[in-house]
Amino acid sequence: MKNGKDWLKKSFREIAHIAKDPVLLFFILAIFTSLFVFIVYPLYKVIIVSVFSEGHFSLIILKEVISNWYFRQGLFNSILMGVLTSVFGTAIGFLFAFTLARTDIPFKKIFHLIAIIPIISPPFIGAMAIIMLFGNNGLITSSLLGLRNFKIYGFRGLLFAQVITFFPVAYITLRGVLESISPTLEDAAFDLGGSRWKVFRKVTLPLAIPGIASAVLVLFVETLADFGNPLILAGSKFPILSVQAYLQITGMYDLPKGAALALILLVPSISVYFLQKYWVARKKYVTVTGKPTTSSHKVISPAVKWILFGLCVFLTAIILLIYITILWGAFAKVWGYDNSFTLNHFQYVFSVGFKAVTDTLLIAATSTPLAGILGMIIAFLVVRKKFPGKNMMEFTSMLSFAVPGTVIGIGYILGFNSPPLILTGTFIILILNFIFRYIPVGIQSGVAILRQVDPSIEEAAIDLGADSQYTFKRITLPLMIPAFFSGLIYSFVRAMTAISAAIFLVSAKWNLMTVQIMSQVESGRLGAASAFSVLLVGIILAAIIVIRFILTLFYGGFKGTMLKI
Amino acid sequence: MSVKLVNISKVFKDQEDVRKRVIAVDHVNLEIKEGEMVTLLGPSGCGKTTTLRIISGFETPSSGEVWISEKMVNNIPPNKRDTSMVFQSYAIFPHLSVAQNIGFGLELKGWKTKDIKVEVKKIMEIMEFSELYNRRPDQLSGGQQQRVALARAIINKPSVLLFDEPLSNLDAKLRIQMRIEIRRIQKAFGITSIYVTHDQEEAMTVSDRIVIMNEGKIMQVATPFEIYSYPANAFVADFIGRVNFIPTKVKSISKKGCVVNFGNGQKEIHPHYGEFKTDDKVILIVRPESIKMSSCEKDKTYPIKGRIDKLVYLGPTTEYEIEVDGFNRKINAVIYNPIEEGFFHEGDWVNIDFNAAATHILPALD
Repeated sequence: MKNGKDWLKKSFREIAHIAKDPVLLFFILAIFTSLFVFIVYPLYKVIIVSVFSEGHFSLIILKEVISNWYFRQGLFNSILMGVLTSVFGTAIGFLFAFTLARTDIPFKKIFHLIAIIPIISPPFIGAMAIIMLFGNNGLITSSLLGLRNFKIYGFRGLLFAQVITFFPVAYITLRGVLESISPTLEDAAFDLGGSRWKVFRKVTLPLAIPGIASAVLVLFVETLADFGNPLILAGSKFPILSVQAYLQITGMYDLPKGAALALILLVPSISVYFLQKYWVARKKYVTVTGKPTTSSHKVISPAVKWILFGLCVFLTAIILLIYITILWGAFAKVWGYDNSFTLNHFQYVFSVGFKAVTDTLLIAATSTPLAGILGMIIAFLVVRKKFPGKNMMEFTSMLSFAVPGTVIGIGYILGFNSPPLILTGTFIILILNFIFRYIPVGIQSGVAILRQVDPSIEEAAIDLGADSQYTFKRITLPLMIPAFFSGLIYSFVRAMTAISAAIFLVSAKWNLMTVQIMSQVESGRLGAASAFSVLLVGIILAAIIVIRFILTLFYGGFKGTMLKI
Repeated sequence: MSVKLVNISKVFKDQEDVRKRVIAVDHVNLEIKEGEMVTLLGPSGCGKTTTLRIISGFETPSSGEVWISEKMVNNIPPNKRDTSMVFQSYAIFPHLSVAQNIGFGLELKGWKTKDIKVEVKKIMEIMEFSELYNRRPDQLSGGQQQRVALARAIINKPSVLLFDEPLSNLDAKLRIQMRIEIRRIQKAFGITSIYVTHDQEEAMTVSDRIVIMNEGKIMQVATPFEIYSYPANAFVADFIGRVNFIPTKVKSISKKGCVVNFGNGQKEIHPHYGEFKTDDKVILIVRPESIKMSSCEKDKTYPIKGRIDKLVYLGPTTEYEIEVDGFNRKINAVIYNPIEEGFFHEGDWVNIDFNAAATHILPALD
């Protein structure tokens, strides 16, 4: 009781303080309103539609869905796929990260760059390439080995695609973790007489455990939410929940059942995400103070080093194989039958399919800067200002990290296809979706940068006579520029490669390249799909290079690890 | 431009528990004359930084008035106050060049770029670091950042210059060099300055007057000489330098002051504060360097006799701890120039005396 009263008192004091600054008050209210409308409300709609039937509360739809064997199988498969992908993906990611962070193998930079490619390309590229390599007309299965009935659809193929798609995420996370463990700790353990294996087992691994746990959980959430790979590869015998929810809505026009499936998908995703964020992420060891010392590379023996090197070569070869396949497919007449060179697919993309290209670019180019600016403003408010509901603001804006795109997509069509907000089928709904789905990274890097900026730097400006607006414009904002651009790159990549939520929101008027690629794959036109994919990845690479170039030109390049996609 | 604090108090509400209150500054009254350099000195948490932030406007006093140049400034925000602060962390804007940092205040005043350039060059010349004009902040050493921060504060020609522990991030050698530099520049520009530090030596070097604070209250305001020689109370005596507190009684009142008992003998002391009468309990404040020792024989009677318990040889000085019968605390003594003044050894018996002119008395606490 007393705590509640104190909280009210404190809130009242804070409100009274903010009310003195109308600009600030306006921003806080506007952000709260939009977070509520575009993040919370769609989720609320998903829940409501699943638990209301004929106007009153009833669990009948949920019951129906759960009692259906096929949907239960979908849930089971989704979780199985999530568990296996996260375990294998993290294991491979760890070995990759360990090799690059702790040994002196050659070509580190090349390994790193190749491992990054899957992160910046549409998530279903792996599935596409696998079909082109191992499918019925697959290059390897059919042409090379002459196999006729090799079954790539289902469990095996999907697991392979998911591991290749998601291990780079684990790699990026774990590389950061391993690099933050000071090698002097390992040196100290050697010095005390530990063997190589013992040092790894007793020092390196235990220090990395929280990071590993975190990577496992993140991969689980991402695999569970993934939509593109299962849609292409799962097949009807191995149902996956996110695809089932999509098919219920687009195939059966059964919104309530689709929403119920989305709700079932939401529960494990959100629980695991918050387990990761509030429990595992807090357990991270911080061992670095000051400059990282250079590793002495003594952790592993030469034999193990070259085994790990071989593993890296193998993994990067698979990734390269995938992208070469796509590239080749884009220029091959009929994949699998007639692989002679043609520009027909690109001709198709630049004529019939070009509307999707310009739409995608327009939508990405509009939503990206808006997401970037909104992210910086939220980061600034969260770190530097005091107001009631501040934690709620941070929590809500981070929520879209945890919610699978399928759920968001269904929430948006449920929430915005009737008054007061009719947005379905418009440019606006795609923009809003991208903005609110991709602000978290901008917020996170903004918060991280601001927490490092000594508040007395802003005080110094005020002390010399600047008012708070001038200080924000001339001092705070320029200091946040690197965070702004890394948020920008992330939002742009995501907006260009988005599929799971966007597939519900496209229309005849506004289409996206990713959705085009999916429909080309579904209708068996792998050449056109490949050509679209090549163009898409090309645009993303060009955009990243341009953004980085601008930043180098004006701000002397990225400081620190800004490309944390 | 004078600064006046009238009955300033600052009460902080606890962040977690609004019922708890912390009194950071407790009814502080202080007047700083034009051109004067005054240091706020005290242990951490004594309220010195809060007082400085109240003068700059970053904190609002809970009660009391702040006056700068005959004007009450309580309701003037920091950006409108004619004060400039040198921050502990220097707070150099990392994305601006040295010249842009120094010229920031002039830019805000709407000066033309050309004029700002001239002025920045001028001040950098006076402060003797013109060669850094085109540098970026990440190319500066700690001492150089300190100069930039100082130049940035001075260029505005503020009425009052505020220093918040400006040297605490520098290494010992540079600290000594910079405090002389700060004093030189402050004198050269004649700016009224308030300087916060917890380093007594620094306070002694830079100040015209020192304000000793403890638990939000002012304990004494005086020149460095007075603070050291005639501390107003036991806290100040103990906080500044090292000291022997020797409890005793006033035997009689003489022309010069008080005659107090000292072991078997007596000493005539001139009290600087307060009135004393016969039989008052007092404390003798004797600095270790005022103690004089001479060899003596164990069995003879002297005014005060003691045995050397411990000694530390430091080169220019030797420090002794002497055990005296009837005293519950050991007496500390420092002998300067030990080669000429001679050594004693552990276990030696010594006769103890002190220079009455360099000694001070305070009323006993009980």
